[in-house]
Amino acid sequence: MTSESKALDDFSTRRFGGTVGEVTVANPRMSARNVDVFYGDKHAIKKVSLDVGSNEVIAMIGPSGCGKSTFLRCLNRMNDTIDGCRVTGDIRLDEHDIYDRQMDVVALRAQVGMVFQKPNPFPKSIYDNIAYGPRIHGLAGTRAELDDIVESSLRRAGLWEEVKDRMAQPGTGLSGGQQQRLCIARAIAVSPEVILMDEPCSALDPIATAKIEELIDELRQNYTICIVTHSMQQAARVSQRTAYFHLGDLIEVGDTTQIFTNPRHKLTEDYITGRFG
Amino acid sequence: MSEPADSPDTDRRRRTIDVVNASLARRYASERRFRLLGRLAVLLGLAFVAVLFLSIVANGYSGFQQTYIRLQIAFDPAILDPDGKRDPAAIRGADYGALVKQALRAEFPAVSGRSELRELYRLASAGAEYRLMDLVAHQPSLIGTSKELWLLASDEVDLVRKGQIDRSLPESERPVNDRVIGWLDALEQRGAVDTRFNWSFFTNGDSREPELAGIGGAIAGSFYTLLVCLALSFPIGVAAAVYLEEFAAKSRWTDLIEVNINNLAAVPSIVFGLLGLAVLINFLGLPRSAPVVGGLVLTLMTLPTIIIAGRAALKSVPPSIREAALGVGASRMQTVFHHVLPLAMPGMLTGTIIGMARALGESAPLLMIGMVAFIVDVPKGPFEPSTVLPVQIYLWADSPERAFVAKTAAATIVLLGFLITMNALAVFLRKRFERRW
Repeated sequence: MTSESKALDDFSTRRFGGTVGEVTVANPRMSARNVDVFYGDKHAIKKVSLDVGSNEVIAMIGPSGCGKSTFLRCLNRMNDTIDGCRVTGDIRLDEHDIYDRQMDVVALRAQVGMVFQKPNPFPKSIYDNIAYGPRIHGLAGTRAELDDIVESSLRRAGLWEEVKDRMAQPGTGLSGGQQQRLCIARAIAVSPEVILMDEPCSALDPIATAKIEELIDELRQNYTICIVTHSMQQAARVSQRTAYFHLGDLIEVGDTTQIFTNPRHKLTEDYITGRFG
Repeated sequence: MSEPADSPDTDRRRRTIDVVNASLARRYASERRFRLLGRLAVLLGLAFVAVLFLSIVANGYSGFQQTYIRLQIAFDPAILDPDGKRDPAAIRGADYGALVKQALRAEFPAVSGRSELRELYRLASAGAEYRLMDLVAHQPSLIGTSKELWLLASDEVDLVRKGQIDRSLPESERPVNDRVIGWLDALEQRGAVDTRFNWSFFTNGDSREPELAGIGGAIAGSFYTLLVCLALSFPIGVAAAVYLEEFAAKSRWTDLIEVNINNLAAVPSIVFGLLGLAVLINFLGLPRSAPVVGGLVLTLMTLPTIIIAGRAALKSVPPSIREAALGVGASRMQTVFHHVLPLAMPGMLTGTIIGMARALGESAPLLMIGMVAFIVDVPKGPFEPSTVLPVQIYLWADSPERAFVAKTAAATIVLLGFLITMNALAVFLRKRFERRW
């Protein structure tokens, strides 16, 4: 055992910021320790520590403004684009500190993809939407390879059969649910390890939501997924672990079944039983 | 469970309805008044525009036409080529005015006496000589022959013909006397006077003779000036807008720059002209009256417009597009150049065209850098002295000859035509490429 991972072990056996439950996992893909986020003077996230295990879906729930989206955006450094946003603490992707000077944010985002709340396809053709990521990273040497990537990404996102005859049409012409699956396919196309989803179904109808949830379950075979959601049913349906945030604190983490059947913290219980939020 | 009829709640509700009903008429009346005022304002504005256009067109349409007279010109070898050597230089230097005078004398053999003859000769424009010179230079075989030609009449003949000199005025109050009018009528009876569309108005440079003066030089000058202005202000403006909007961190410096760009947009244009005179001409030694200096000065004036419009266009691109590109791992530069800038381009082009239209109509700063000189030659490049359309209009409006009134209005029509075309193009671009998210 190297000294560094030993240190991390010591570090992870401590109790983190008063969080109830087990924040660590045996095989973490990403691990956050004592993360604080400030927007100017506002302390948006307070000493949050959380591991994201390989090939698991972890759901982050909590009332509006609790910091769950902010935490998610720390994981691929999307917060860098916000003026006055400051992140402290330690976030690792496969043992590499992602806030390290050595870490290139472009390389990080190629490994940690993101799907946003509102479907945001580029105002370009369906093909170009998917091909954009592989193109800028130079993932495909030939046109045929690129075609392969586009097809397999769309297949994985369950969209291929619906769009294969209209690849040249604009992605913005699809329905909301199709657009969101297009965005997922776009994220998959650069073969990330982790996919972050920020309320991916909040703008969709129940049928489109069901399709996305099915898709998330399938994607778990190959990817690690962090999903922020306002729907507790959705968290219960798609995730293996659930983290409950409240006013910038990570209150409780645990197996999804345990959180929803037997919450240990009073705040978690109040939230999931609908007493507030 | 019904309430008793006289409960305080029922009472208050009834009172509320009464009060609302009483005020309804007043509210609707005030809305009707406001609508009426709005319609009046629109009507008044349209009326002013209509009056402006009608008066300009009424004054200017005759500027596009010019009077020609038909003369039988004998290309006399004794005048054109006395040596018989057909030497091009000698032919070029011959006295073509004499040919015109001969033809006019042949038309009216009865006229004699120095002053009468001088009046007769003034029927034809000085431009007639140049026309003959060109003809013979291109076709020397004409020498010795005789040919019927339509030649440009003088501006006075033109004005009488167009009715802009009133024949009913007493002779002493008229610039053209009865004798000349008599000759003109005689020519007209012989079918030797015609009014034609004045193509040379668009190709000629400026001239002291109204019938020869054209806006060709001014259009070329405006073209080179705008070319320099566009070539500098568009790339600089877009680059500045992109940097300030997409890359620069918000700090006291960028705030200061932003305030100053907005201030710059409000600086009177003549101040830019003074700056051009002091820095570009006196200090850097660039040529006076040249479109390149005009273009540089107008660049300073247009830049703030383009930067402000460009930043507004960039701001209107939804952040979700930036996030989408950053999310798949595009660098900031790739995000801007692959996604944000193409989406903002129509807005930027609109701003640029509006800035260019403003620059096209600008005269004050160009007066300061000497683009107000009397220049006959059509400029062939941005370093040759020239003038621009609005300054040409200003120069003609200042000229004493009556015939320049129509020329001034005609040039104004052309300028307005260009401006309307540019603004229409801006509106078209906005409509065509407008995106909704």
